Amino acid sequence: MSVLSLIIRREYIARVRNKSFLIMTFLSPIILVGMIMLISYLTQLNKHEKRTIVLVDESGLFNNTFVDTDDTSYLMLTEQGLDAAKEVAKSEEYYGLIHIPSNEGNILNGVTFYGNETPSFSLVERIEKQVEKKLEDLNLLSQGVDLAVLETSKTDINLNIENFSGEKSSKMSNWIKAGFGGAAGYLLMMFIIIYGNMVMRSVIEEKTNRIIEVIISSVKPFQLMMGKILGTTLAGITQFAIWVILGGILLTVASLVFGIDPSAASSGGMSEEAQAIANDPDMAAQFIAEVGKLPLMQLVFGFLIYFIGGYFLYSSIYAAIGAAVDNETDTQQFMLPIIMPLMLAIYVGFFAVIDNPHGTVATIFSIVPLTSPIVMLMRIPFEVPVWQLVLSISLLVASFVFTVWFGAKIYRVGILMYGKKPTYREIFKWLKY
Amino acid sequence: MNSLLVTDAVSKNFGDFTALNGVSIEVPQGSIFGLLGPNGAGKTTLIRIINQITMPDSGRVLLDGLPLEQHHIADIGYMPEERGLYKSMKVGEQVLYLAQLKGLSKQEAQKRAKYWFDKLDIGEWWGKKIQELSKGQAQKIQFVVTVMHNPKLLIFDEPFSGFDPINANLIKDEILQLRDEGATVIFSTHRMESVEELCDHIALIHKSNKVLDGEINTIKRAYKNNTFDIGVDIDTFASLPDGQASVKAETALSQKFECTPANFKSLGNELKLRIKLGADGVPNALLSELQNYGQVTHFTEVIPSVNDIFIQTVNENL
Repeated sequence: MSVLSLIIRREYIARVRNKSFLIMTFLSPIILVGMIMLISYLTQLNKHEKRTIVLVDESGLFNNTFVDTDDTSYLMLTEQGLDAAKEVAKSEEYYGLIHIPSNEGNILNGVTFYGNETPSFSLVERIEKQVEKKLEDLNLLSQGVDLAVLETSKTDINLNIENFSGEKSSKMSNWIKAGFGGAAGYLLMMFIIIYGNMVMRSVIEEKTNRIIEVIISSVKPFQLMMGKILGTTLAGITQFAIWVILGGILLTVASLVFGIDPSAASSGGMSEEAQAIANDPDMAAQFIAEVGKLPLMQLVFGFLIYFIGGYFLYSSIYAAIGAAVDNETDTQQFMLPIIMPLMLAIYVGFFAVIDNPHGTVATIFSIVPLTSPIVMLMRIPFEVPVWQLVLSISLLVASFVFTVWFGAKIYRVGILMYGKKPTYREIFKWLKY
Repeated sequence: MNSLLVTDAVSKNFGDFTALNGVSIEVPQGSIFGLLGPNGAGKTTLIRIINQITMPDSGRVLLDGLPLEQHHIADIGYMPEERGLYKSMKVGEQVLYLAQLKGLSKQEAQKRAKYWFDKLDIGEWWGKKIQELSKGQAQKIQFVVTVMHNPKLLIFDEPFSGFDPINANLIKDEILQLRDEGATVIFSTHRMESVEELCDHIALIHKSNKVLDGEINTIKRAYKNNTFDIGVDIDTFASLPDGQASVKAETALSQKFECTPANFKSLGNELKLRIKLGADGVPNALLSELQNYGQVTHFTEVIPSVNDIFIQTVNENL
């Protein structure tokens, strides 16, 4: 067996056997699924709770405006007067009371909601809309407009988007692309942070255990560093795979056993488009068609290249940091060069790319190494010009080679330095040793 | 005598700091070679260069007459001063892993490991983790790891620190046995008594330069200066009261020789002196002179200890 594969094997086994790793691997999906279940359960509870709102309409215009819904019913208590109605609402523990004043001129600013708690934003909006709609209708009527005619005159168009070579796209496809890109970019960032840190910790562990000198009298520091990065990566992939599989199984089992629909948890946060997709079979078909239209080859290919390139780029920096310091607390000062480009990439990704995937900001950051893995991953679904891909990948490969060389250099010197906290200047000096 | 290891004008700088300045040593085949020097002299840097952990800026290192290459790591066993093992890894796995890194096959590693574990009678530690062992026990494992691949050249940096006297002796005997079986040993230590006991060659490095090297007896011969510790039971001046006779004899001797008090142990209270004869002095002349004063009870040439040589050389090169 070659030395490198021996090191990879040891690192892999050391990671995988580690107790906290085992706990993280098997507990995380359980906790995550538990949380999802809890949230969906609570959301459903919320839905079953029915609230009653008392209505005191002194103007008499809103008799039919407020219609009972799934979660809200209205109780008309206009005859009792405002004060008595308030008493009723209080004693019966109704959710609240809407008071509409009699004078028509006052309605605009005089509608009041009374309640024990501040009503939710959506409820306020709903009440406002209903009152507005009624008043607008009344205004239109008083101007002699036929409401039925108005209703039939309404239209709803969907803009067809098509490029010059005839490929169609739509608003939904943009959402899908942003979703795919965002997920890939976010996944890469998480992977870098979790497993990069793990590489760093294992380097520090070797230093504190003082085994490093024994090892590098047998192997080259470069081999040890690469072995560490690869072994930890394999452990990371194992963990990720277990998370996905175990999470999937648990989620399925839990939703079958408890009869809770986990999608309920997320529907609150879903965009209207997404909800529409979920509810409408036509849209669902379109969704599948849109996914099929994504540049899948480019996507898979790009994902592999940028994931591997980006991950190795960062983990060799992590390894170098681990070699430079004596203990984990000293790593803080060196974390900035890692966290900053990652954060920048994520922000650029979620703001610039989704807003304008081919804008200047998005283009530049998808070419500059360090941010390119994440930003380009987010851009790829929107179809990136080939020259940009080529430039970005070449730069990534070049900087990857450079960082590994640079990291190995620091690593080689750093692992034998004990007892003092290095500064950036000293580390720079090590490069010349 | 052919040399197993030769360093030829090896220099190494760390930035502005010179760690080694043209150091040349020759380690004869089958010797136990003491690499001495004060703290920070550059010993560890030299050892790291021999182990190819760091590369020299200039100069060559030859092993068996050939320039060092990556495959030579299998011929060297190195026990660094800063030593340690993976704390949470099991002893057996660890030993096999480190032996395989040195190029042994798994089967071979298993065979050798069994041999050494039986020999040191530590078989029951095989399945334990290092963190469950005591420091001395972990040191034994470290020793096994160092010698397991049967290297031609063994390098020990402060090998006895952390061992109790019994285990230190055990390890010392193992080292001697390995030497008898053909291995060459480089020893780096501050403990001069173990140098005195084990080494047949030494090199002294001071402030990045080699200031002294050679066979230990040759060096001692060069450093001895015809000095003798003598003891005489005074009877010539027996008529004088005790003590006065001694003083008188000492005065008489001081006029002829360079005398200082000596402090060797003896049972009587004879006159004890350290007498420096100088380059052209004849020991027999001194002996017959002494016989005039009484019974000679003690007559030994003072041989400088490695400790004396170390201190003297370092002070001369300040």
